[in-house]
Amino acid sequence: MKLSRRDFLKLSAASAALASAGCSAPREPIVPYAMQPEMTLPGVPRFYASAASFVGAAEGVLVESNTGRPTKVEGNAAHPGSLGATSVHGQASVLQLWDPERSQAPRRMRQPAAREQFESELNEALVRLEARRGAGLRVLTPTVVSPTLQSQLVELAARLPEARVHRWDPLNRDATHEGARLAFGRALEPIYRLEDSRAVLSLDCRFMEDEPGRLNYIRQYARSRSPKPQSMGRLYVLESAPSLAGAMADHCYAMPLAEIERWLLAFANAPAADRTMRAIADDLKKNRGLILAGEGLSPWAHALVYRLNHELGAPVALIDPIDPYPQPHAQSISDLAQAMHAGEVELLVIVEGNPGYDAPADLDFAAGLARVPLSVHLSLYDDETSARCTWHLPATHYLEHWSDARAFDGTAAIVQPLIAPLYGGVSPHEIVSLLLRRPQSGYESVRGRWKAIDWEAALRKGVVENTAFPPVKAALRTVALPTPKEPAAWSVRLVPDSSVLDGRFANNAWLQELPRPDTKITWGNAALISADSARQLEVESGDVLEINTHGATIHVPACVVPGHPEKSVTIALGYGRARAGRVGNGAGCDAYPLRLSDSLWSADATSIHKTGSRQALATTQNHARMEGRGHAKHIALADLIGQARAFEDETPEHSLYPAWPYDSYRWAMSINLNTCVGCNACTIACQAENNIPTVGKDEVIAGREMHWIRVDRYFEDRRTLFMPVPCMHCENAPCEYVCPVGAPVHDSEGLNLQVYNRCVGTRFCSQNCPYKVRRFNFLQYSKDDEPLKAQKNPEVTVRMRGVMEKCTYCLQRITRARIEADKENRRMRDGEVVTACQAACPAGAIVFGDLADEQSQVALAKRSPLKYDLLAELNTRPRTSYEGRVVNPNPELDNG
Amino acid sequence: MQVFSPVAVLFLKIAALAGVAAITVGATALYKFLPAPGGEVSPAQPIPFSHQHHVGDDGIDCRYCHYSVEKSSFAGIPATQVCMTCHSQLFTDAPVLAPLRESARTGQPLRWTRVHKLPGFVFFDHSIHVAKGVGCVECHGRVDKMPRIRRVASLEMQWCLGCHRDPAPHLRPPAEVFDLAAPRPGRDVQDGLMKTLHIASVRRLTDCSTCHR
Repeated sequence: MKLSRRDFLKLSAASAALASAGCSAPREPIVPYAMQPEMTLPGVPRFYASAASFVGAAEGVLVESNTGRPTKVEGNAAHPGSLGATSVHGQASVLQLWDPERSQAPRRMRQPAAREQFESELNEALVRLEARRGAGLRVLTPTVVSPTLQSQLVELAARLPEARVHRWDPLNRDATHEGARLAFGRALEPIYRLEDSRAVLSLDCRFMEDEPGRLNYIRQYARSRSPKPQSMGRLYVLESAPSLAGAMADHCYAMPLAEIERWLLAFANAPAADRTMRAIADDLKKNRGLILAGEGLSPWAHALVYRLNHELGAPVALIDPIDPYPQPHAQSISDLAQAMHAGEVELLVIVEGNPGYDAPADLDFAAGLARVPLSVHLSLYDDETSARCTWHLPATHYLEHWSDARAFDGTAAIVQPLIAPLYGGVSPHEIVSLLLRRPQSGYESVRGRWKAIDWEAALRKGVVENTAFPPVKAALRTVALPTPKEPAAWSVRLVPDSSVLDGRFANNAWLQELPRPDTKITWGNAALISADSARQLEVESGDVLEINTHGATIHVPACVVPGHPEKSVTIALGYGRARAGRVGNGAGCDAYPLRLSDSLWSADATSIHKTGSRQALATTQNHARMEGRGHAKHIALADLIGQARAFEDETPEHSLYPAWPYDSYRWAMSINLNTCVGCNACTIACQAENNIPTVGKDEVIAGREMHWIRVDRYFEDRRTLFMPVPCMHCENAPCEYVCPVGAPVHDSEGLNLQVYNRCVGTRFCSQNCPYKVRRFNFLQYSKDDEPLKAQKNPEVTVRMRGVMEKCTYCLQRITRARIEADKENRRMRDGEVVTACQAACPAGAIVFGDLADEQSQVALAKRSPLKYDLLAELNTRPRTSYEGRVVNPNPELDNG
Repeated sequence: MQVFSPVAVLFLKIAALAGVAAITVGATALYKFLPAPGGEVSPAQPIPFSHQHHVGDDGIDCRYCHYSVEKSSFAGIPATQVCMTCHSQLFTDAPVLAPLRESARTGQPLRWTRVHKLPGFVFFDHSIHVAKGVGCVECHGRVDKMPRIRRVASLEMQWCLGCHRDPAPHLRPPAEVFDLAAPRPGRDVQDGLMKTLHIASVRRLTDCSTCHR
């Protein structure tokens, strides 16, 4: 009897089915609506415009909703704080919504309690305080970007004149605003027009990661890098800590903060004295120069920069701060702490933020909080502050409530909910309306604030028209400049973390596992240190350092980073959380004990030494093996001029494999290293879109992270080079030849795809992939947990243990566009398919499309003189190609 | 020296062969009687809804209830309120409709049992099949003759591929897509439809990526 393989498998399956004793497929219910909401079409996602605020200003978002579940965040092209792009935080915010560890109930003294009890207790206290015109009532908020909340707080101050509203945001703009107060007599916010300047000098300004206008600034930077001699900009960076701007700079100088201030003084007074300064000053004068000052600098340095910009005629506008609070945050929270210690605070309402964890260490905020008879904390998580307050109330996520928010330039947007509050949370507007003793829903408050506008249009577009702040004309004053202080022997630079920011995203696994741009560290922080300084201290990456400052000691593992300033270590804030949740607890080390109210961004170290213990750093790039092989190619602008090809094409002419016939679309991607700033938005957007699991610190150490697109980072030629690497979708794909079960397949349009059901997990394909972009599910990483599974993209298979996976060029997006085009009997148009990484990219560095269409953006990019293929000599004929980076060093300077 | 006599060896051989044959025949027979891989062909429903009555007798168009079949991957299951457009007037006190009235009263949706179920890694889209001239009857059979809905196709990959490898015989003019009784047009009409409807190449239709992602 002849038994074919297929019959044999059928019979095996039959016996297996027999063994499970007559089981049939489980019955699956299919649940329609009882009352169908208008405009719903199950299976077709809908997008709603909203706005999310992370670094003291809003970024406009379009949130994808699949039958009522928010699953993915995209940027809103109409919003100035987004321009169509999203930050890593925007992408990860949808995971935060579904985080099972969000606070789910009000608590009194850490025990679950009823909201009615809270309201009666609050009212009792308010009646008492109102008799004293509010004396004893304090409200504490982070930066308020919501105009509605601002007016509610103003109303509160008018109703209870003795009450006080304080601000504390760990990522505040104190130095910028105080500098303006010195220079102009009032707090102002600079708005940079980077694309109008051809020579930008950044003095430790982290404008690509922490500034309120970051996404807008990255886009502008990218536009200014068009490699044409007459228009290409030049970027000079002085940085005290590794930053994206420093990595992208044409000339980068690393020095501690105090040194940067001394440099600035000398630069302002006598630029001719030093060759570097003279060259930079000439360039700034000739090319409509613009100087940016970072938050780490002193107010006087900011004032000086305002003056220099004025003298240069720099393209910078000044506007009123979007949160018109009259005091520096550090001052405000110091006042509050003092009042709490003095027993003057009877009722403290903390509206979001986590001051119990992130307040300046010298204020002993936690002890002060213990002296407040009635303290209330509204927050997403039952965190360090909640544990010390009388009451904790669960807050609503921005995808659950009505609000509004201003972008960095003042443009307002309405925040609209995508879903009813999952845990009956309270919004900031609602709690302030309780204080006003006029309980109102958030919707009523916001709607009341925006009576005069076309409400529907504002919701649909995601911005309220004509609300950007007008530029302010302000006269410069003379500023007395100090003699700069002598730098300390060792200094500690504190920076917001690129992933968890001030710590608020500590429980977000996507962000924790996202490699930090400069170090590729995941799941924690480290003391970044230069190679020379490390040698001096006799430490290597992973050695734990003990850092002593006046009054505090912390232990933190070192991480050697080339190009870091000497005699200085950089530590990211936001780690070492005690009550973040299962994901964030214990990750990294807490640097807040070093942070004092009069020096928020640096601390003088009294001693730094090695403890002898070691701590593994979960880094994703063992760069030492790849360095120096020229994978991330770059060329100087002067060398590019007149070249047809900047980089030699190393693709061999012949191949042993027959060429695939392609008769339809030919999908391809081009990644522009000249504009990519290494921000990681692509990685996390891909994670959100493609149901990519996180694996945890131990698995990352084992090299098992799952990201389908990674951003490689090289230190070469005294530069930091970033290189996003997704699957190359090779035409001669090495993975396809070696699979014993034919799981990697080549489709008719050139996509190289993995058939999960065929995959038996031999991992031969991954072994044979020269780009190492295939990812294997060593364990069951994708969990089916409630409510996290609600975030999953219904258009993408959730993979199980034992199968290989990789970038699909967002096949589900191609399919959706294809079906729509096929229904209309036409070809897909250029730009109709936008991959998740492409959509998120603030620099617009990724283009995707059809090579068969000669006019497509991607075909155009492939004809660029800067085009090259990664590892072309292997003759894999990758569909993903790169445009090399162009650097534009000043010929007057040798460093570059 | 022989341990077994030649007769014994022959007996053993026959017995072994018979054993293999018995197992094969038994397994094949059992396989036939096992529940189909797609689940029950006609499971019980909360309301014994009759397509025969609604489609065959009353002549209600498929799209009245399956409202998103032309726009979405999902054909759509009618909301309680759609049923109530008629049943607030007709058969208002029929005992079989008690669950429907309960749903309309409480706002709690009905929970039907799925009849056509595809595995999670298959991404089927109704709208493109309907747009390309694949009639409802091709996969769902004559539902206008089914008092109780039942699955007529195996929904196995082989069955899908049967059509994707040779789509022409399964096509009908777009105007007849929702007509269950219309006979299939002739081969020449179908060959014409392959062109006018721009049916993708067989290579494209049989790419893994067409249905799996």
